[in-house]
Amino acid sequence: MPEIRVTPLGAGQDVGRSCILVSIAGKNVMLDCGMHMGFSDDRRFPDFSYITRSGRLTDFLDCVIISHFHLDHCGALPYFSEMVGYDGPIYMTQPTQAICPILLEDYRKIAVDKKGEANFFTSQMIKDCMKKVVAVHLHQTVQVDDELEIKAYYAGHVLGAAMFQIKVGSESVVYTGDYNMTPDRHLGAAWIDKCRPNLLITESTYATTIRDSKRCRERDFLKKVHETVERGGKVLIPVFALGRAQELCILLETFWERMDLKAPIYFSTGLTEKANHYYKLFIPWTNQKIRKTFVQRNMFEFKHIKAFDRAFADSPGPMVVFATPGMLHAGQSLQIFRKWAGNEKNMVIMPGYCVQGTVGHKILSGQRKLEMEGRQVLEVKMQVEYMSFSAHADAKGIMQLVGQAEPENVLLVHGEAKKMEFLKQKIEQEFRLLPDAKKPRLLHGTLIMKDSNFRLVSSEQALKELGLAEHQLRFTCRVHLHDTRKEQETAVRVYSHLKSVLKDHCVQHLPDGSVTVESILIQAAAHSEDPGTKVLLVSWTYQDEELGSYLTSLLKKGLPQAS
Amino acid sequence: MKLYCLSGHPTLPCNVLKFKSTTVMLDCGLDMNSTLNFLPLPLVQSPRLSNLPGWSLKDGNAFLDKELKECSGHVFVDSVPEFCLPETELIDLSTVDVILISNYHCMMALPYITEHTGFTGTVYATEPTVQIGRLLMEELVNFIERVPKSQSASLWKNKDIQRLLPSPLKDAVEVSTWRRCYTMQEVNSALSKIQLVGYSQKIELFGAVQVTPLSSGYALGSSNWIIQSHYEKVSYVSGSSLLTTHPQPMDQASLKNSDVLILTGLTQIPTANPDGMVGEFCSNLALTVRNGGNVLVPCYPSGVIYDLLECLYQYIDSAGLSSIPFYFISPVANSSLEFSQIFAEWLCHNKQTKVYLPEPPFPHAELIQTNKLKHYPSIHGDFSNDFRQPCVVFTGHPSLRFGDVVHFMELWGKSSLNTVIFTEPDFSYLETLAPYQPLAMKCIYCPIDTRLNFIQVSKLLKEVQPLHVVCPEQYTQPPPAQSHRMDLMIDCQPPAMSYRRAEVLALPFKRQYEKIEIMPELADSLVPMEIKPGVSLATVSAVLHTKDNKHVLQPPPRPAQPTGGKKRKRASDDIPDCKVLKPLLSGSIPVDQFVQTLEKHGFSDIKVEDTAKGHIVLLQEAETLIQIEEDSTHIICDNDEMLRVRLRDLVLKFLQKF
Repeated sequence: MPEIRVTPLGAGQDVGRSCILVSIAGKNVMLDCGMHMGFSDDRRFPDFSYITRSGRLTDFLDCVIISHFHLDHCGALPYFSEMVGYDGPIYMTQPTQAICPILLEDYRKIAVDKKGEANFFTSQMIKDCMKKVVAVHLHQTVQVDDELEIKAYYAGHVLGAAMFQIKVGSESVVYTGDYNMTPDRHLGAAWIDKCRPNLLITESTYATTIRDSKRCRERDFLKKVHETVERGGKVLIPVFALGRAQELCILLETFWERMDLKAPIYFSTGLTEKANHYYKLFIPWTNQKIRKTFVQRNMFEFKHIKAFDRAFADSPGPMVVFATPGMLHAGQSLQIFRKWAGNEKNMVIMPGYCVQGTVGHKILSGQRKLEMEGRQVLEVKMQVEYMSFSAHADAKGIMQLVGQAEPENVLLVHGEAKKMEFLKQKIEQEFRLLPDAKKPRLLHGTLIMKDSNFRLVSSEQALKELGLAEHQLRFTCRVHLHDTRKEQETAVRVYSHLKSVLKDHCVQHLPDGSVTVESILIQAAAHSEDPGTKVLLVSWTYQDEELGSYLTSLLKKGLPQAS
Repeated sequence: MKLYCLSGHPTLPCNVLKFKSTTVMLDCGLDMNSTLNFLPLPLVQSPRLSNLPGWSLKDGNAFLDKELKECSGHVFVDSVPEFCLPETELIDLSTVDVILISNYHCMMALPYITEHTGFTGTVYATEPTVQIGRLLMEELVNFIERVPKSQSASLWKNKDIQRLLPSPLKDAVEVSTWRRCYTMQEVNSALSKIQLVGYSQKIELFGAVQVTPLSSGYALGSSNWIIQSHYEKVSYVSGSSLLTTHPQPMDQASLKNSDVLILTGLTQIPTANPDGMVGEFCSNLALTVRNGGNVLVPCYPSGVIYDLLECLYQYIDSAGLSSIPFYFISPVANSSLEFSQIFAEWLCHNKQTKVYLPEPPFPHAELIQTNKLKHYPSIHGDFSNDFRQPCVVFTGHPSLRFGDVVHFMELWGKSSLNTVIFTEPDFSYLETLAPYQPLAMKCIYCPIDTRLNFIQVSKLLKEVQPLHVVCPEQYTQPPPAQSHRMDLMIDCQPPAMSYRRAEVLALPFKRQYEKIEIMPELADSLVPMEIKPGVSLATVSAVLHTKDNKHVLQPPPRPAQPTGGKKRKRASDDIPDCKVLKPLLSGSIPVDQFVQTLEKHGFSDIKVEDTAKGHIVLLQEAETLIQIEEDSTHIICDNDEMLRVRLRDLVLKFLQKF
């Protein structure tokens, strides 16, 4: 069995900067190229020196695959391709290709413009990097080269998220990226066919959770928003323009409709229209319900959510505002935050991770007095909530996927070591190998090797094709028996004896007096000198040697006395 | 390998391929030409149609006058229109494993097959094919169900009566098998059996056969199919286009190296150039509207209409038509326009890149936004309030037998200011017009068929070089109306095999090889020997494991070690398993060397006698005789196993094992 080697350059037993190197039958594929949001030093990006110390990335890697647009899966891509240097193909789905550069640019702005980080990738690098991207369609088998093929499966999780099968010859690996096995508000459930990979590399973020935790978090979120609005407070939700924003919009939109709420919901900046437009154009990637009803009502055309105007922030009364950027480090979200922070009736909900040094990070870590520009101190009286909405498969979902794909081996990544241990045991318990039902058969033939063409044919045909004749090797052994009866009677006795011993073989008594066992011929003859002795001539070919040799030794022992 | 031809219609095929223990149906086309024999179904009571005279036999016998009506010398059946199904008796359709759909026009018979034949398999199609196919079916069902007709004519189908009818009714084939339209319930049930596939997806059928859809360039999601095992490849080309319109371009390279290429769905109008036709369409449209007339475009709700709208989008301002309303009337008009915008992945490169901006791929979004194009589910309701003339109306059905188009034909037919422009190539426009005669309105025939023409086909065949081509018989001779045009047929070597409805073709190739995997442990144990330069042989004795039609060779089991625990062995334990196979031998034995070898191994008193065919070597001491001929050696000895084995090994030294 050719070796499959997996080297996590990040996200082995933790979450963040997903980057896994897979070597399969001589091909090297990098799965995801993420960044860690929690670091601003070297640890931010995966450790590519593992590859580069022995040569150029482009020479080593056959391709790079990005599973979805979250930054912990694609955030290091421009650094990897433009700064470390990689010119090979990068594969991702079309929605990922459309949305990923926008998120990268957003992130770049925070890192460089706001935090003043040097040695970071530029806007141009993002553009150049995206030029190396090849879009893959669901289920399309993409031939990377003559031997390496990849195939994308629907993963749910976020718009355009995919699981990938990587196949070389008969060896294959499936990498799940992040996925969820239950459809949510705008996405469907992950699905894979029974592709029986040698190895399944699955995320295990929620390895020990069994309940549908996402539903609970959603209910929690809605309850908090509802309560704040009911008591006349304002809710600020700092978000990035794409991804979670649309998901939360759908959540609030349906809730508002169901509860018939009147408080206005706003979305800041002109980005909304554009961002929502992406979702409208990628309807086939959403769940069954949205796809079915989009003609009558496009889920991403929001009735209750309107464009925000700066002046609205000072309007009295309750409202909900989605504002960019998501970490409260600049722009409209920060402006609104400053206006509303002093009122304890208000609430800010942080739906995602915040980088150290941002206002978002400070308030999440409990800081209530913030120093703003000009030595101003802002006292935060409003309520601060953090909620994660990422959709991942729970333990049940992971087991389901393992059952669908029927892999030979499972590798858990993207999770905590302890939880992985628990899941490992569960998988081992549940999926034990079943023996093959069909009876194997022995086969004999000749393998003809000509150039790189291998053909297994019957030996007869091999001889014929090569213009060779078969050489028959035959043996005839004389076995002497004490028997005073006639030859014909001896033959009958031999026949009945062999018949009784060799129950599984075809023993026949032929009209000419000879006996056959399979293709072995036995004839009885008189002894030329001794009338009390008969000679048995046992004759067989080389191919029947075992049986022939056995028969002579059997007959040599004599025949049982006739009763 | 056999091909069962269930439909004779070259562009609406339905064939069944039996290939390596699988039964694969290729397309499920529905021939709607049968509906031309029926009277149109008017949405609004039409005095003209309801007052047509009944038809009577030459001798004046009028017993058929309830069923048959006469209009300008043509006779029509006054009944719910019926369709001509693919053959259902040629092969037991419940044995079909899978149905492969190549485009949304070629799936219209699906409910008849999946719902009424015991079919239990899976249908494979791309997402746009399914979604738009659903729209076409929905429209068809809607058109027919919303005009309930009490009369169901059947008398005329009686064979003895049919003989007496005028053409084309007299010549209509298999009228007894014609069926009414299916219901929406049957459509839904049929579509639920479809599994969605993507281009270049490799789909395994029972591990024995792999099928792969390829972009065919003809319509949104349209595909050609590869059906292959490891050593045989059949390409099914159905409805392909090399023109740059909205769909993804055709994938030609993957069709290479086919043993058989089944070729269907070529252009129905081989002499018309689609680009020229679009130009003519626009100028005739503009001319009519400028003169104050209305333009009627009978069309399907998806397909060429997207391209026509795109042309008009570029054309209307320059032609001064910006104030003219364009109406698109179909129960699925809205859905069709919306769906077209979300299938970016299936569109040509140009349109695909729009989603990154993000912008809708088709400009009809803008036509709708600016109110230049309006769409309605039917002429009833909002449309009657908004309706302004002169105008341009796109509506179905192209057969002019049902749908809103019937109403506009009745409404506008009497004025020569108006024009009907035929763009769909599926029906003969003169036949579609027959029940509306006499007609004052202008009729322009601009058929736009982007499918392959014969020049493109011959280029394609040269490039992909299939060993054999199979096609409908219509393609192996020039069209009947242009019998001198020898260029309007398929020309290839060897000549294409042709089929007609209800025929069974034996495809000319034999399966010989199957792929087997050799496990590394077994491969390690093989000892290849070079027989000729570049050709090596290795004898293989192995265990064949077969699972899901995949074959793996593993090392043979080691002979079981005698177990020491058992005291008494049963006699049968010793009986050798005759399944242990020994190699074949080849070569010949040079007598002199053989004798030398015998001597070297301690045999003495050796005598050699010549015979007619070879030699006899006598070992007198051992009472042993060895006959040596060119292709055989025979060792005859006493029952002395030791001796026999020694002699055997000496003989084998001179021979090669296979």
